[in-house]
Amino acid sequence: MRIRTLTALAFAACITGGVSLRAVGDDQSFAKIERGRYLAVAGDCSACHTVPGGKPFAGGAALETPFGALVGPNITPDVATGIGAWSEADFLRAMSEGIGKNGTRLYPAMPYPAYTKVTRDDASAIWAYLRTLEPVGNAVQSNQLLFPFNARRPATATWDLINFKPGVFEPDPAKSETWNRGAYLVEGLGHCGTCHTPKNITGGDRGDMVLQGALLQNWYAPDVTTDLRTGIGSWAVEEIVRYLKTGANSFDIASGPMAEAVENSTSHMTDADLLAIATYLKDSPPRNGPAVAALAGNDRRMVAGQAIYEDRCAACHVSSGAGAPTLFPRLAKAPLIQSDDPTSLIRVVLIGSRAGATAAAPTAPAMPAFGWNLNDAEVADVLTYIRNAWGNAAAPIQPASVATLRDRLQR
Amino acid sequence: MTLVFSTTSAGALVVKGSLPWTPNAGDPPTAVLPGPWVYFIPEEGAAIEALVDRLIPPDPQTPGGKDAGCAVFIDRQLAGSYGSAEGLYMRGPFANGTPQQGDQSPLTPAVRYRQALAALDKYCRATFAGKSFAQLPDDQKDKVISGLEEGSATLDGADGKMFFAQLLTNTREGFFADPVYGGNRDMVAWKMIGFPGARYDYRDWVDRHNERYPLPPVGFAGRPGWVRQGP
Amino acid sequence: MTRKLPATDVVIIGLGWTGSILAHELTGAGLNVVAIERGPWRDTATDFPPAFAQDELRYHIRHDLFLRPAQQTMTFRNNVNQTALPIRAWQGFMPGNGVGGGGLHWNAQTWRFNPTDFQLKTHLTQRYGSKFLPENMTIQDWGVTYDEIEPYYDKFEYLCGTSGKAGNLNGQKQAGGNPFEGPRSREYPTPPQRQPYAAVLFAQAAKELGYFPFPQPSGNLSQAYTNPLGVTLGACTFCGFCEWFGCGNYSKASPQTTILPALIRQPNFEARTNCEVVRINLDKSGKRATGVTYIDTSDQEWEQPADLVLLCAFQLFNVQLLLTSGIGKPYNPSRNEGVIGRNYSYQVTSNVDAFFDDKNFNPFISSGSIGMCIDEFNGDNFDHGPHGFVGGGYMGAVQTGGRPILTTRTPPGTPAWGAQWKKAVADNYLSSYETMVHASSYSYRDVYCDLDPTYTDRLGRKLMRITFDFHENELKMSQYLTDRLAEVVQKMGPRQIVKLPRTGPYTSTQYQTTHTCGGAVMGTDRSISAVNRYLQSWDVPNLFVMGATAFPQNAGYNPTDTVCALAYWAADAIVNQYLKNPGPLVQT
Repeated sequence: MRIRTLTALAFAACITGGVSLRAVGDDQSFAKIERGRYLAVAGDCSACHTVPGGKPFAGGAALETPFGALVGPNITPDVATGIGAWSEADFLRAMSEGIGKNGTRLYPAMPYPAYTKVTRDDASAIWAYLRTLEPVGNAVQSNQLLFPFNARRPATATWDLINFKPGVFEPDPAKSETWNRGAYLVEGLGHCGTCHTPKNITGGDRGDMVLQGALLQNWYAPDVTTDLRTGIGSWAVEEIVRYLKTGANSFDIASGPMAEAVENSTSHMTDADLLAIATYLKDSPPRNGPAVAALAGNDRRMVAGQAIYEDRCAACHVSSGAGAPTLFPRLAKAPLIQSDDPTSLIRVVLIGSRAGATAAAPTAPAMPAFGWNLNDAEVADVLTYIRNAWGNAAAPIQPASVATLRDRLQR
Repeated sequence: MTLVFSTTSAGALVVKGSLPWTPNAGDPPTAVLPGPWVYFIPEEGAAIEALVDRLIPPDPQTPGGKDAGCAVFIDRQLAGSYGSAEGLYMRGPFANGTPQQGDQSPLTPAVRYRQALAALDKYCRATFAGKSFAQLPDDQKDKVISGLEEGSATLDGADGKMFFAQLLTNTREGFFADPVYGGNRDMVAWKMIGFPGARYDYRDWVDRHNERYPLPPVGFAGRPGWVRQGP
Repeated sequence: MTRKLPATDVVIIGLGWTGSILAHELTGAGLNVVAIERGPWRDTATDFPPAFAQDELRYHIRHDLFLRPAQQTMTFRNNVNQTALPIRAWQGFMPGNGVGGGGLHWNAQTWRFNPTDFQLKTHLTQRYGSKFLPENMTIQDWGVTYDEIEPYYDKFEYLCGTSGKAGNLNGQKQAGGNPFEGPRSREYPTPPQRQPYAAVLFAQAAKELGYFPFPQPSGNLSQAYTNPLGVTLGACTFCGFCEWFGCGNYSKASPQTTILPALIRQPNFEARTNCEVVRINLDKSGKRATGVTYIDTSDQEWEQPADLVLLCAFQLFNVQLLLTSGIGKPYNPSRNEGVIGRNYSYQVTSNVDAFFDDKNFNPFISSGSIGMCIDEFNGDNFDHGPHGFVGGGYMGAVQTGGRPILTTRTPPGTPAWGAQWKKAVADNYLSSYETMVHASSYSYRDVYCDLDPTYTDRLGRKLMRITFDFHENELKMSQYLTDRLAEVVQKMGPRQIVKLPRTGPYTSTQYQTTHTCGGAVMGTDRSISAVNRYLQSWDVPNLFVMGATAFPQNAGYNPTDTVCALAYWAADAIVNQYLKNPGPLVQT
């Protein structure tokens, strides 16, 4: 099976697919189902539960974790292979406690540590929507973990003890309604921390490093705290909204798993919800990482890197690192460029990347692969230059890091 | 370099929903490796080296065709899709047309070179007391080439004038093409004329009129400046 | 065995400029559209990234982005007394291949035709009398006027973000633009490109001679631009690799950089690449197209039924498919009857090369449509009475780059090889410059396309045969225009100039342009046109034929702007007239 990234998924199927209004009770008004559909989009459920181009929610593609692969199960109302035999109470419990029908503990790839914050009302609406889907017979072997992680009960029970605090989101009365809505979405249904929060040794979120950036599947989900150098401290609220709405803003263009998250989820969210997310993120504490001094321009790595940059990169990203909005990401004073973990940078230079496309920003420009053209030292030096030119400052990149990722990406 | 003949080597593709893209997509040029002849036999290689070095002779500033790699370039081109006339219309009947109708030869470039070099060798050995072209002094080499160019040196079994034209074309290609193809070693031809190579951004220079562009040439494989210098 | 596919509303043959435009307009109108493209899918970062797009050998010399003659070519002869022979390797013109078509490898020179070009026969006859025209010349009016087409020119230019300076806004002349152009409804979407040294010198010299120089309208953009479809293009970086090449940094207008990202999102659009349409199918009456038959890469035949067939291939292949499919009456020059293959035309270019002692032009800093031009000698912008010919062209300093294999210009008398050649190349590369005349090619009774009696393609289909030569009118014109250009170039202060007017006979071995035109021309009289003013086939009303195929003769401008304006014009007619009442849009 093809390995998909955490948020991988064609969303179109989710919004166009299957509101057949079959067998719905009187209490399931259209308004509730429609709200549930929206919330399923906001939660990006299809990312894990739908194969690209496949039947909506009939089971997803494999999610690779350090412990092995997990596959999002079939959550259509099919009795034999989906959740047709579940009751609403079963579903609500899965969302809030991570415990499925018959008391099975779910793997935390299902982000119940975040979903536990979702209100009962919202979870009920999602349930109402899921019940309207076309039942699809598709048996999914969800657990493809390696031993000993494939022995579900004891492992996840222990995991929950360490990493899971159940409980619905508690609004902060000192904050605005918008802020609270943002916090609810970011911490709850949006489960942003699933990608952006560093993990402890068991794979659980590190509570002391919320949204400070984390690695998964050879992508680095960057710091989205308000840190000025590596985070989104310099982005205005409107720029964050634009990024989530269109995939692109004056600084950057979504790529990789975030492009999929934008395409499948955030670009379909309301402006009010995006404003709420941005408001909350802008009010979060900065990471306050260690201060980093830029490498001197005459450092031999910088000199070589600048030569490569002029010859290979400037035609798009501009000699000043300014880029071009919605087309070529800005490199100067760019948070992702200065990330502690350069995995995404090395990756896109080696094998390229296509940016996300949305109705508002359909261009979908792509970064060409340079792995055939630049050796490990050249990739390291050009990135070291980019990370330390134009006011940027970040640790230099070692050729060995490039070699390691090159090897991993070829596997 | 691969010249993809799209109907045979690429499968039909249905494109729908989003723009196709895959990691590592693209068909970058493959560098010609130095080493023995791939197409030529040694005698042919020696003749070609001698020919390209008279078409583009060395001078104190710039190497000639041989040292620039033009013979290697031609060898590798003839061994590849160019040599086999891949993608050209090679169906008969073959007839001699007017000059305006273009080349109507049924022979591939590789075959033409083979025939012409054999004929040239015969011509030189017959005319210059058993010496091959490569063994001739420069002034005699130049006379032979001029004879081919003007049609006064008649080869037995090949069209000397056509061979000259093709050889000159291919030699210039090798001299000025990216070094990745085997000629233009160290970008010597580009340095000779002031062409900065495989660059893609002159925004800072378009309206700096009548000034010499300052950056050195770069090839697909880079340039010396890409390597860390000093301690 | 042919496999039959489910029917679709619209099938489009060829996914270049016109195919992309039609597909976007018709999916927007709610129709299901399938585009069938002979070549591969092509895109910027995957097929011509700036890491290897600038490869003169691969793309220019070895034709990597172009159609392979082994897949399809045509035969050529200068006149009916010769036996046509196949074009075995492209030299004279370069048919594109793959998604984007010619729009991928063009220079992006984005010119409108003059108002009088659309009513050429009427205009010239009125001004000079019918006896002024050569006897065999078969020029005719288009059946559409500049004023009718203007909104569609505008639409295409705003799709592309074309860079330029208007010379006529709603009838008001504008300083700095082309004073001879037809009225524009608004200014260009982006300002002109910055100009290199030679262009600035040319403009100064032209001004001194009393002309009105202006920047060439350019689809290589002066600045980043987001078009009405939401697609963003970047600013041109003057790399000098436009024509024959794909643009590596999204700065040249092409279907890839303007339409396809938006089109591909339409759920009712599908493209099938590496699939070659072999014929348009007709029902028993012969008056209705039922769809197309195509072959995939394994030579499996497929039938794609459709209600509407849009022929959007390159001009030559449009004509060939019409001939092969038996649509419309083939042209017969001796009887002067029939319409398919009639009024083939081309382009007449010429050059003035200039060698300077004290100039450094950095010719590699360029773009495909950079440069300064004058239009005093185009179309009927000047009195032809004293000169004894009709037609004309623009001229200017428009050298598109300094790619070294083919830009090794040496002064006359320099040997072709050896030490002297080498020194001359080194001495003149930076300090010489090529200026150009880009002029009209009018149509004649003995210039046409038909099917060749002898040569066939790999599938056993007859190749198309082109019978073409320059006529005295065009050669006189070229001489006159080249002389005028030389006067301007002389004023730039060169050490030496070389005048290279076009001379006959036409040769298929020398590249001029890829502006082959005509063969299924538009008009109001179906005895001398293959399609009506909406590009709808007179014979098969559910077939529309796009492209320069429709040009009754070629004007002294590059054709793409007009080709695409006509595509929008036809799309508008299909959506707003044809769909409401399918059938002939013009009654006869």
